[in-house]
Amino acid sequence: MTTDELRDVVLDALTRIAPETDPATLGPGEDLRDELDLDSMDELNLITALCQRLRIDIPEGDYPQLRTLDGAVAYLERRVSAATA
Amino acid sequence: MSGASLRPVADEFRVPPNLTDYEAARASFRWEDARDALAGLPDGAGLNIAHEAVDRHLTGERATRTAIRWLSKSDDVVEISYRELGERTSRFANVLDHLGVAPGDGVFLLLGRVPALYVAALGALKHRAVLTPLFAAFGPEPIRQRLELGHGRVLVTSRRLYERKVVPVRAQLPELAHVLIVDVDGEPPDGTLDLTALLEAASPSYAIGPTDPETPSLLHFTSGTTGTPKGAQHVHEAIVAHITTARFALDLHPDDIYWCTADPGWVTGTSYGIVAPLALGVTMLVDEAEYDTARWYHILEEQGVSVWYTAPTAIRRLMRAGDDALTGRDLSSLRFIASVGEPLNPAAVLWGRDTFGLPIHDNWWQTETGAIMVANFAAVDVKPGSMGLPVPGIEAAIVRRTGDEEDPEAELGVEILHEPDVEGELALKAGWPSMFRTYLGQPEHYARCFRDGWYLSGDLARRDADGYLWFLGRSDDVIKTAGHLIGPTEVEGVLTAHDAVVEAAVIGIPDEVAGEVVKAYVLLYPEEESTPELLRDLQGFARKRLGPAVAPREIVVAKSLPKTRSGKIMRRLLKARELGLDEGDLSTLESDVDDRSHGVTPGPDDEKGQT
Repeated sequence: MTTDELRDVVLDALTRIAPETDPATLGPGEDLRDELDLDSMDELNLITALCQRLRIDIPEGDYPQLRTLDGAVAYLERRVSAATA
Repeated sequence: MSGASLRPVADEFRVPPNLTDYEAARASFRWEDARDALAGLPDGAGLNIAHEAVDRHLTGERATRTAIRWLSKSDDVVEISYRELGERTSRFANVLDHLGVAPGDGVFLLLGRVPALYVAALGALKHRAVLTPLFAAFGPEPIRQRLELGHGRVLVTSRRLYERKVVPVRAQLPELAHVLIVDVDGEPPDGTLDLTALLEAASPSYAIGPTDPETPSLLHFTSGTTGTPKGAQHVHEAIVAHITTARFALDLHPDDIYWCTADPGWVTGTSYGIVAPLALGVTMLVDEAEYDTARWYHILEEQGVSVWYTAPTAIRRLMRAGDDALTGRDLSSLRFIASVGEPLNPAAVLWGRDTFGLPIHDNWWQTETGAIMVANFAAVDVKPGSMGLPVPGIEAAIVRRTGDEEDPEAELGVEILHEPDVEGELALKAGWPSMFRTYLGQPEHYARCFRDGWYLSGDLARRDADGYLWFLGRSDDVIKTAGHLIGPTEVEGVLTAHDAVVEAAVIGIPDEVAGEVVKAYVLLYPEEESTPELLRDLQGFARKRLGPAVAPREIVVAKSLPKTRSGKIMRRLLKARELGLDEGDLSTLESDVDDRSHGVTPGPDDEKGQT
């Protein structure tokens, strides 16, 4: 999966959880929870959705790495390429 | 039903518990004595929460101790001593005074967990204003509704929260005279004031005026099944119960490093996240950030937390993370852990014992009770899954309501169920200091909570032969999610404001982390088509108005909603169906619901379905 495809996966998952927001306007380093008004249940649902969509497992300890859009994409890139390597 | 109880080992107490002999304490405890033990305002001028929590510490050694250790999202640590807290809260009280805010006026807070929140809360109490902290994850609609119902005159908030959540509703709040922004950074937004500048200009000394113990202090909103949220009005005398229960049920000692993870937007975060710990003179941690497993373990270790008061949702998240997250951590400072918000499952209690060497002590109380009423105590056997025993000074009973509420002539009372293990409603003998004094503007609702001198909690429970109480569920349709109560009508009202929606019904469905999550069933206008886009639009519509904490996590379209003959939506029937069905099997649900109800004028079969 390319970086752009992964970004779309994340944006799609975000839009499903918080459809009132426009994640495309997010700054690269902005905290998703602050910018999109996500609470910790939303965060959990987001990560669960990404795990299902990409068929990976994301341990709790890694959650902080997915708190910005760029961070999430970079993390998923590493994980997905490791899984397919 | 109940596994083995966990017996505390006396030798293992690092400090002697405040409550060692439960039966003796129950027999001898008197609220009058607890009241007399408090300092009170000088010259017998009454009892003020802020005086007990702050000012009374300023003349002794405790003045230089850290009252609040604040951990920012970006890992800054800010220490605020009792002396500094005294000065800052006095400045805030003076700011209110200069603005012409009178004792009894409503001061609302809409803030993340930043130092200004604690300063404003205690400063408002010094000024004898009525304080309402709001949850920052509320959307504009719950904020507007609460400000309106509580006659909010002052709102303390941040620039960001103001612009996002208050500006859209400000014009609808004519009583809101002053909006004070804590982080202006430049020019304050139109119609607001720069609180930092006001505080700098204000005097750091303020003499608390005479405060009758019955003076209103906090107004906390809670949700019922029907109607608008209810503002439970508390008074300054509640401090007697805050202190007493923090000593008994949280085993707080003056030298503790204490962390209450609840947000002050909920009653736990105020009673036990501001008032009680400061009144006992402890150092209390405040973490600005939201839940994060690694961060939380890091805080427990690095800050040397000794007493930790948290919630089942967080505990279950920690359990999910597994032992790996704990590897290399030294959490030996911890000596007491308590939990509140919803029943803590036995596995979580045992997980605490296995992980920290400490069982997690569940306790029970409500916005209306103002303080912990039923608890598992440090020196008393813990029965995993039980909410514990009544706090000394509290009489609890399992009761059944008698008389027909629909019949105006009927004599309404309660029957006390003395037999063990009988399901009934948990009731408390009225009259403890932190009992709410009314629902603001809704005295008839308040009156309905009491019968024969008992406060009826609306929670169903049983008492076992040893006197331990076990939570069984709610007697109404209120949803308990992540420890917070959500009234279904509040959510339904917003959903039906959407152009496509005729009717909505909202229930709580089980969730392994949050206990329950909010799920909505909506009935669309005939010309509307149920598409993923529409559902997404509706979801966004609800979140924008209600905020993530209150909005439904799931919305499904139903062909009709089951109703009683009088037209009330039978949420319980929906819930029973939901629980009996495979998740996601909506086609069955729709036709099932459809078969049994016929829209606005359902047939007689509907009543039979309500079990």
